[in-house]
Amino acid sequence: MSVSRLQEVLDSGKFAVTAEIGPPRSAETGRLREMARMLRGSAHAFNLTDNQAANVRMSSIASSVICLQEGLEPVMQMTCRDRNRIAMQSDVIGASALGIRNVLCISGDHQTFGNHPQAKNVYDLDSIQELMVLRNLTKGTNWSGEALPEPPQLYLGAASNPFADPFEFRVTRLGKKVDAGAQFVQTQCVLDVERFKRFMSLAVERGLHEKVHIIAGVIPLRSHKAALFMKNKVAGMSVPDELVDRLRKASDPREEGIKLCVETMNELSSIEGVHGVHITAIAWEDIIPRLVNESGLRP
Amino acid sequence: MIIAERKPIPEVLGMLDGSNEILVLGCRSCTAICLVGGEKESRGLCEALALHSELRGKGWKVETVTVERACEKEFLAPLALFKGAVVSMACGVGAQVMQELCPEARVVPGVNTSNMGAPEGMGVFVEKCAGCGDCIIHLTAGICPIARCAKNLLNGPCGGSQNGLCEVSKDTPCAWDQIVRALERQGRLDLLTMNIPPKDWRPSRNGGPRRIVNQEAAPGAAQKEWRGER
Repeated sequence: MSVSRLQEVLDSGKFAVTAEIGPPRSAETGRLREMARMLRGSAHAFNLTDNQAANVRMSSIASSVICLQEGLEPVMQMTCRDRNRIAMQSDVIGASALGIRNVLCISGDHQTFGNHPQAKNVYDLDSIQELMVLRNLTKGTNWSGEALPEPPQLYLGAASNPFADPFEFRVTRLGKKVDAGAQFVQTQCVLDVERFKRFMSLAVERGLHEKVHIIAGVIPLRSHKAALFMKNKVAGMSVPDELVDRLRKASDPREEGIKLCVETMNELSSIEGVHGVHITAIAWEDIIPRLVNESGLRP
Repeated sequence: MIIAERKPIPEVLGMLDGSNEILVLGCRSCTAICLVGGEKESRGLCEALALHSELRGKGWKVETVTVERACEKEFLAPLALFKGAVVSMACGVGAQVMQELCPEARVVPGVNTSNMGAPEGMGVFVEKCAGCGDCIIHLTAGICPIARCAKNLLNGPCGGSQNGLCEVSKDTPCAWDQIVRALERQGRLDLLTMNIPPKDWRPSRNGGPRRIVNQEAAPGAAQKEWRGER
């Protein structure tokens, strides 16, 4: 039985498309609603980030509900940085009551990167323990063992970064997340396709692709400067020099970036064990419809 | 050992307004090894305070004493009931024990107490233990992820670990990278596949201030029983 459309799509063996939406910085909802309407039909589900990069934004629960109202299926992200096990269980029970089904369990960017570096972090749980606790809720008990008359209905996801170190441990960690309850996995943006292929072949070797739906991340880059930023400033990223050069030499870097992203989407869709793509177009969400059209992956 | 850093002198001066008699209290234990609160540093601060008093006409009477271990009352006993201002160069524990012994004194901190760690090189001190009260380093190759991972993760490195470094600081090794490599050397990679469940934080600070009673040492029925007394 599927609790969400994303689960239905993945379990039926179809190729899924998900995309990321950054919630607004204020209580203003007009632009979020507008974006939701613009993106309707471009993906099966949409991730609403949880104070991404540790910057304060509208909560992922509230922005997920706004997306639901606009006819999008949300994937609510929930970090371990800002909530203990009490708040986490409370928030997902509330989210389920509001109609949110997909939850992505993540550690979260460290608060020193954001706009409140003085904050105290929580990390009562790590992302694997978060999965354990939330899976337990869906099975009908909270973590203290008390039975729930009506458990939350959740489709649980995890993140995986094939580009962080130590490389071999990344597949082990993916296996741990599957054991802890992950039903789908969204990866860090793939710019280094070769390294991603190595990661996938190790995952397939262990049979993980049969236990969890792996959705590969992509990111459209607008210029070689954006690529260099990803290479030098974003922890846990791998950006090949050829890619930077290709964007640098392009007469229209923006168009080249779109072309490159479409090529990557198609290449990823043919890798064994990849069951979907996840598009992160930071502050460039209006390009998402074009990416799914040109790649032929529009749901 | 306990790692501490010096407070800037202007900050200490700001705490001493209105004082007459000032005692700079040094400690020969941890803060002496950190080179911030031993006899030498305490004498140095004492001289600085005296000079400041002279230049600004404060009329302070400043002296210094350095004890063996400021966290134990028996070493502080000769100073009991002191009534002036005390600039504690010991850790926060020593400062508070001194305050308990001298209820009418005004104890001010001369150092910032930071963590439980070890000297790594000349003048470099690194945190090793978070005092969580439930040690699990047998599962993590003798490296504590609670103290040494910026997110105190228990199940492996986050996505920000790269080239052996923590995403939070280029000066900080990723503890989980170290754990993975150490377990590899020890032939215990099997430990990495096991999910460590949510931790019970009650033995840590989250159960409130901790009071540890060693039944074998504390006076009382249990100790008598242990000694075979009736």
